[in-house]
Amino acid sequence: MKYTSTGNKDTRSGFGAGLYELGKVNPNVVALCADLIGSLKMEDFSREFPDRFFQTGIAEANMIGLSAGLTIGGKIPFAGTFAVFATGRVYDQIRQSVAYSNKNVKICASHAGITLGEDGATHQMLEDIGLMKMLPNMTVINTCDYNQTKAATIAIANHVGPVYLRFGRPAVPNFTPADQQFTIGKAVKLTEGTQVSVFATGHLVWKALEAADMLEQQGISAEVVNIHTIKPLDEEAIIRSIQKTGCAVTAEEHMMNGGLGDSIAQVVARIHPVPLEMVAINDTFGESGTPEELMVKYGLDAPSIVKAAKRAIARKNN
Amino acid sequence: MTDFEFLNKMAAQVRRDVIRMVHRPSSGHPGGSLGCADFFTALYFDVLRADPKHFTMDGTGEDLFFLSNGHLSAAWYSVLARRGYFDVKELSTFRLLNSRLQGHPTPAEHLPGIRIASGSLGQGLSVGCGAALAKKLNGDSHLVYTLHGDGELQEGQIWEAALFAAAKGIDNLIATVDYNGKQIDGPVDTVVGLGDLKAKWLAFGWDVLETNGNDMPALVKTLHEAVEHTGKGKPVIILMRTQMGMGVDFMVGNHKWHGKAPNDEEFAKAMAQLPETIGDF
Repeated sequence: MKYTSTGNKDTRSGFGAGLYELGKVNPNVVALCADLIGSLKMEDFSREFPDRFFQTGIAEANMIGLSAGLTIGGKIPFAGTFAVFATGRVYDQIRQSVAYSNKNVKICASHAGITLGEDGATHQMLEDIGLMKMLPNMTVINTCDYNQTKAATIAIANHVGPVYLRFGRPAVPNFTPADQQFTIGKAVKLTEGTQVSVFATGHLVWKALEAADMLEQQGISAEVVNIHTIKPLDEEAIIRSIQKTGCAVTAEEHMMNGGLGDSIAQVVARIHPVPLEMVAINDTFGESGTPEELMVKYGLDAPSIVKAAKRAIARKNN
Repeated sequence: MTDFEFLNKMAAQVRRDVIRMVHRPSSGHPGGSLGCADFFTALYFDVLRADPKHFTMDGTGEDLFFLSNGHLSAAWYSVLARRGYFDVKELSTFRLLNSRLQGHPTPAEHLPGIRIASGSLGQGLSVGCGAALAKKLNGDSHLVYTLHGDGELQEGQIWEAALFAAAKGIDNLIATVDYNGKQIDGPVDTVVGLGDLKAKWLAFGWDVLETNGNDMPALVKTLHEAVEHTGKGKPVIILMRTQMGMGVDFMVGNHKWHGKAPNDEEFAKAMAQLPETIGDF
């Protein structure tokens, strides 16, 4: 393995740490939360900057509207709740008051995807990337580990415009540099490879690295690219990689419809058609279970990426 | 000293503007715009502390207004233009292709005076609360105003915001309601009645004022009274009794004119009742 984890940490704690850092340096940063301060790791910000923190109660639609209004006075609101409530529940509020109005709101969504675990399908948001990427003006980011989530949280404060920042609940390997510069819309190549490109986002980035390791042991060279920004998509990096490898796999903790794979398929089909396989949730709701059990049952693990890579390579060679 | 003769003349011109604006594209919502012509006029020409010639998105050092029931765009655009936010000639482009005067208001077209999109109902009170919080954070003592339809109060988000505003003591906010008792499908009471509306807002912890929204002196007095009620720990709301379609006899009190433009014959009849007082666009 070319990358080593410094230990398991949850991405939501990266968000909380980034938000706290922002609070210390940017007086215009304000934060809102709909009764999930502990789950979103917003305690430090809410304790240290009580004047700039707004507990909205269990009223997400109001939270989005408040955020839009706060931007009008020059504030940079970070609105935090679970992904399921941060998108589907308030889609119309985001569409009209944030995206169409082009307001500088940062929608910060934790517990995204199936790794939310035991709470089950009601809370396992698997459609949020699709919902958010369809909105004009919206930037969509899905970070892979603690360090990257912290860096992204800090970076989006300097981007003027609506942002959807997606992260999760479970502790996962923390392997990206603590001092990284996060650039919105710039893919990060993690391994050089020649036979297959693996474009992964969120928790699937580490799984993709594990898969690349397994493939290497079988004599297959995979190039792993971390697509932390789904919109705007780094088309150049994607094309450059598939021009070299000639086939690709996408991997994400999201519905196949509307997810990263669907975005990349559009680029591949338009610019440089190659065999493309997708590791994603295939048109089904999740269920209760531990995050690891669910990732295996729903085919979002390293062996699933390995199989997809072999299918892509076989199609290329036919 | 308030010049009521001027305000009434202006409101009459705004009503004429509204009918001319919706007639050209054969599209729009004349009923609510006619009912609130007096309100928009009173607010922009007598109450709101804002500089139309130097519009800024953040509105620092100014009072802000948010139209939550965005389908009243025609009257709002008319008053904004008449107040000097943009040229009155532009009113002739309402709802036409490539216009800044979209069917429902939006900041996307950079029309001076507009800070948020509205049209999908129920969102403006939350936005107003957010803007009011920002004013408090910025040490800006100016006020935030919103307008809502009474039918719009059926939206759940309104009550989320109502609860929040009172709980957090947002007392630099004056919400107003176009209380005309009408909505698209009929009288509000037969669609989903609001019950004792004043009691509801009082129970939510708001300071509630009532007025006749089509009586200029009464309306102006209540708006100034509302300003006096700010800064006392509670959000303020004015329930304005109005008549949908006010000013055109065949439209008054008829919910069928919520979202329908007059045909040529109806237009001529309406024009005959709406004198040109300031000068047409």
